[in-house]
Amino acid sequence: MAKVILSLEGSVIREMNLDKERVTIGRKPQNDIQIENLAVSSEHARIVTILNDSFLEDMGSTNGTLVNGNPIKKHILQNNDVIEIGKYTLKFVNDAPVAAQASPEDFERTMVLRAPPAQRAPVAAPAAEPKGETMPRMAAVPKPAPAPVAASAPPAAAAKPAAAPAAAPAAASAAQQAWIQIMSGPGVGKEAPLTKNLTTLGKPGVQVAVITKRPQGYFITHVEGASFPVLNNKKLDTQAHLLGDHDLIEIAGVKMEFFFRQSNA
Amino acid sequence: MTPEIKQFDMASATDVGRVRAHNEDSMAADPGIGLATLADGMGGYNAGEVASGIAVAMVPTEMRLLMDKQALKGLKDEDVEALITTQASKVNTAIYTAAQDQAQYAGMGTTLVIAYWHGDRVTVGHLGDSRCYRLRGEEIKALTRDHSWIQEQIDAGLMTYEQARASKKKNLVTRACGIDPNVVPEVHTHDVVAGDIYVLCSDGLYDMVPDEDIHLTVSSLKSNLPLAAQQLLQQANDAGGRDNITVVLVHVLKVAHAPVGFFARLKNWFK
Repeated sequence: MAKVILSLEGSVIREMNLDKERVTIGRKPQNDIQIENLAVSSEHARIVTILNDSFLEDMGSTNGTLVNGNPIKKHILQNNDVIEIGKYTLKFVNDAPVAAQASPEDFERTMVLRAPPAQRAPVAAPAAEPKGETMPRMAAVPKPAPAPVAASAPPAAAAKPAAAPAAAPAAASAAQQAWIQIMSGPGVGKEAPLTKNLTTLGKPGVQVAVITKRPQGYFITHVEGASFPVLNNKKLDTQAHLLGDHDLIEIAGVKMEFFFRQSNA
Repeated sequence: MTPEIKQFDMASATDVGRVRAHNEDSMAADPGIGLATLADGMGGYNAGEVASGIAVAMVPTEMRLLMDKQALKGLKDEDVEALITTQASKVNTAIYTAAQDQAQYAGMGTTLVIAYWHGDRVTVGHLGDSRCYRLRGEEIKALTRDHSWIQEQIDAGLMTYEQARASKKKNLVTRACGIDPNVVPEVHTHDVVAGDIYVLCSDGLYDMVPDEDIHLTVSSLKSNLPLAAQQLLQQANDAGGRDNITVVLVHVLKVAHAPVGFFARLKNWFK
């Protein structure tokens, strides 16, 4: 449970648990945390707590609210934040282990942050509060490690001894750049690196295919046209195909070769 | 019906993602009306699916009824905006009532984006953090502004766009459908140019895939919109797929100009 520790000039006055959704701070007695000091507005600020997250909002106070020395209107409270209201400080402590709070499937559910009470109809039933569906966004999903591109290459590479460097250890694959070289037609000999996540090849309106870069490697997919691309003399279907080093592609009558090259070469 | 050039090319796709157990997103694309609807539901068990499902079932049905009654013809922008507002509040009432009546649906709600193309205009209404982008030439532009806590922070100058993208508090929406008895959607009308591509999506897409990549994918693959939609889902999943991912793509092939009245023509002369 999160709590705040109210102090004045270094001496602790009291500690309060944030056990309600809204905890108000102000000079008037109806506030949850009353600070009787003229520098404090009658309704100075409030802390809204939704499960494990607390938000501090200034309620339009005369003298303002500071967090860690900076004036704020709204602020997401982090463990050990120091809130200053007049000469008083409130230290926010939230040492609950975040990871233990939510089960995997509850991560980052969307939830509604409701409008201030004045703006919503009084009949809003408490049952409509999206309780229990308020989950913090997951701290980090381990991204799938980019699959070494070369890992998919060895079968093709093995057939072509000249391609020996492509079968280099996976560690080298990060430095490899995929290229396309045109093997027939007017542009023969031209080559271009596939730097974008998505590169289209062919003639719009006639036949187009796309090469997409994915963590697993490079894939070719048919986009438009009555005939499908040809890969290593085999006609493709609508499915995406993983490209290997030195694969031969034919699109709209133009042959090209897909290959990897050390990017510092 | 007279044969005519197709006005829209539409495609849609949805995927549960790689983390969640349920897909709570729903969408509907109706080229016949020129209407696209997308909703990202929230609520326990399957209530999120129910809420988003109600939204995407109701809006096209109601609009089709109105079209059959010839009630969609010759409407002014403000009439269309009022109509979209009415649709959103009908959906709101339906979801709110269901949530009140049935305990298992308590607290359910949904984001909502409705885009309706009429003549050379599109009216976009939204609630919550699902978006509608417009791709025109080299530019990608969000036509909607998220009703989210994070967007409020950006608007107030308290956070930069980059900080917001990195923030952990992206899942707080400040407006949604079905949570309160009454709700006002944000509705705007924009001009439409032939060749425009509109992308309606849930946060599962734009949180995972940067705007530039959405632009690149859709503009490169616009001749095969279903593939473009699949590619977007794949990119979001490759990036982690932390939420349900839903996308509706609408390529405007032809703009049906509203019949121009005598007075308007006269005015154009003097421009």
